[in-house]
Amino acid sequence: MNGAPAVKVTYREAVRAAMREAMQRDARVFLMGEDVGRYGGTYACSLGLLDEFGPERVRDTPLSEGAFVGVGIGAAIGGMRPIVEIMTVNFSLLALDQILNNAATLRHMSGGQVGVPLVLRMATGAGRQVAAQHSHSLENYYAHIPGLKVLAPATVEDARGMLWTALLDPDPVILFEHATLYGTEGELAEDAGAVPIDRAAVRRAGRDVTVVGYGGTVAKALEAARMLAERGIDAEVIDLRTLRPLDDETLVASVRKTRRAVLVDEGWKTGSLAGEICARLVERAFYDLDAPIARVCTEEVPIPYPKHLEDAALPQPGRIVEAVLATVGGRG
Amino acid sequence: MDPELLRDDDPDIALLTVLRDDGSADPATDPGMSSETLLRGYREMRRLRLLDARMILLQRQGRVGFYGAAHGQEAVPIATGLAVRPDDWVFPALREQSVMLVRGFPLTTFIAQVFGNAGDVLKGRQMPSHQSGRAVHQVSWSSCIGPQLPHAVGAAWAMRAKKTGAVAVAFSGDGATSQGDFHAAMNFAGVWRAPCVIVCQNNHWSISVPTSKQTASRTIAVKARAYGIPGVRVDGNDLLAVYGVLRDALDRARRGAGPTFVEAVTYRMGAHSTSDDPTRYRAQAEVDAWAKKDPLDRLRRHLVHLGLITDASDAALDRELTAEIAAAVDEVEKLPAPERESLLADVYAEPTWNLREQLGELRRAGPAPTHG
Repeated sequence: MNGAPAVKVTYREAVRAAMREAMQRDARVFLMGEDVGRYGGTYACSLGLLDEFGPERVRDTPLSEGAFVGVGIGAAIGGMRPIVEIMTVNFSLLALDQILNNAATLRHMSGGQVGVPLVLRMATGAGRQVAAQHSHSLENYYAHIPGLKVLAPATVEDARGMLWTALLDPDPVILFEHATLYGTEGELAEDAGAVPIDRAAVRRAGRDVTVVGYGGTVAKALEAARMLAERGIDAEVIDLRTLRPLDDETLVASVRKTRRAVLVDEGWKTGSLAGEICARLVERAFYDLDAPIARVCTEEVPIPYPKHLEDAALPQPGRIVEAVLATVGGRG
Repeated sequence: MDPELLRDDDPDIALLTVLRDDGSADPATDPGMSSETLLRGYREMRRLRLLDARMILLQRQGRVGFYGAAHGQEAVPIATGLAVRPDDWVFPALREQSVMLVRGFPLTTFIAQVFGNAGDVLKGRQMPSHQSGRAVHQVSWSSCIGPQLPHAVGAAWAMRAKKTGAVAVAFSGDGATSQGDFHAAMNFAGVWRAPCVIVCQNNHWSISVPTSKQTASRTIAVKARAYGIPGVRVDGNDLLAVYGVLRDALDRARRGAGPTFVEAVTYRMGAHSTSDDPTRYRAQAEVDAWAKKDPLDRLRRHLVHLGLITDASDAALDRELTAEIAAAVDEVEKLPAPERESLLADVYAEPTWNLREQLGELRRAGPAPTHG
């Protein structure tokens, strides 16, 4: 930072600024996906980029996730730096073979000869009444896979800066953009640049309990912390930021301080990232814990359409508060 | 060869052939290869035939784990190797690894991949018969059938964006034409006018399933019509015909006229792989009929017809290649296994903290006891 003034931007504008900067900076960068051109992307992230960069660099693709992710892999092998937009995480399953068996695997399988510097962006998560096939959180599927780096920008600063860092990375990087974040606003320096993609961030320091979230659950965790503060409980909120590899160090340091942990995850509880973090805390900080680790996850159902049912399915600040209260119940 | 031959006037029936039964070349379709190139192609086909036989023997002896031979299908990969430019990208399927040998990849390194030992540039991480090499712009094929086809379209797009003049060639078998990736890649290539050539080696069998159970279409070439790209049906057991078609299709891609699809009609003379016994599902009479159209025999007759080889020169070539392969196998088999700690390298360009931690655990654990 060199003191450029901070301006208010939406998350969507931050994503767009990141893509614009990337294409200005590096002739190898191009954007492709469904409706990214004239339409500007289904979440309007690429609005205006077609006019600015032309159809050679902002490319609508045929409607085939498997194909355009595969084409992105080939273009990356051929020396380009493609940004591939997948409309939602649910659709990414149609490209799972390309992501897992090819993008994630080729460097190792080729003895280090062939890297795949591919950046995949996709919307994730629920909360917009678009039902089961547009609403899931499958970040843990991808965080399971060696060879990938998996990011979840939760702030405008990360929405802008993580893409930059991802494009500098010689390996495939997936950015999960929670769909409820696109319209949210934050302050961002006009010259904000690349940010590290290997560390979690403490979004609120606290003494009594560590609440861990990522992507769309960070704001809910912060809201819960505000509610808890009114009851005299000082929660520390950690934004994971990077889902693979997880930043154990920051998590363990926090839990050693607070001695309690509540893990918030919009994924389903069984086999979740929250389960993975729980296991790591047990492995590395078991004797520092004063209470069982709690998890607040999405109910194990496909995401329903009606608003009151969707709200009931998802982690909410109230549920996080309840979990924290149960965790700190025996406190002093 | 007349570029007109790349038109898909009647792919339902046309089969582009050059070599005739008497060993002469059809002047209407002869691509006019030099004597030197013809002899080079013959040498490479012959070497590949001998190499495959030797590798299968090694597998039967338990010295390597697996092998997939190109027996009967040598003309397509060898013709491709002769037709491509050094900077063109090749995305093979199972029976086209040998393209890289024609492009100068060392035989010893190629064989080391089958052993998966320290001489293997893949560091023993791919199963045998999945050779690839950055130096010769050849990428590993995917064991899941078809994903290499979109890769080729993407690499072709990269070449176009970088204006290098290079193009991409991708391969599949007839079974792969049932996969979504085949159709999506053909469609993508057509819409983006990607400078690539997609080649299907129709060898009539996908392991045990005949082509008639893959498609109700009379030919595979005709499928290209639906994607707005030319589809050519070529005699895949005819080195000259394949070379001519590939050369023209590559030129077409290079000059910006778009992709071409090629169905090369051939036959898998051997098993799918060393894990397969084809006598369980196909008739010997069919195999015998195709043996009469053997691509190596047909090229040999042509070279005799042209006076470029004799029985004596042929026998000498056979001895020379057999000795070259034997020496290469001896050299490779002496190489050690890949370093144990190499297991954790190359997952990323730079290892992440958790891989560094796992490397520490691997070192502390020491080697596992060996069994059997």
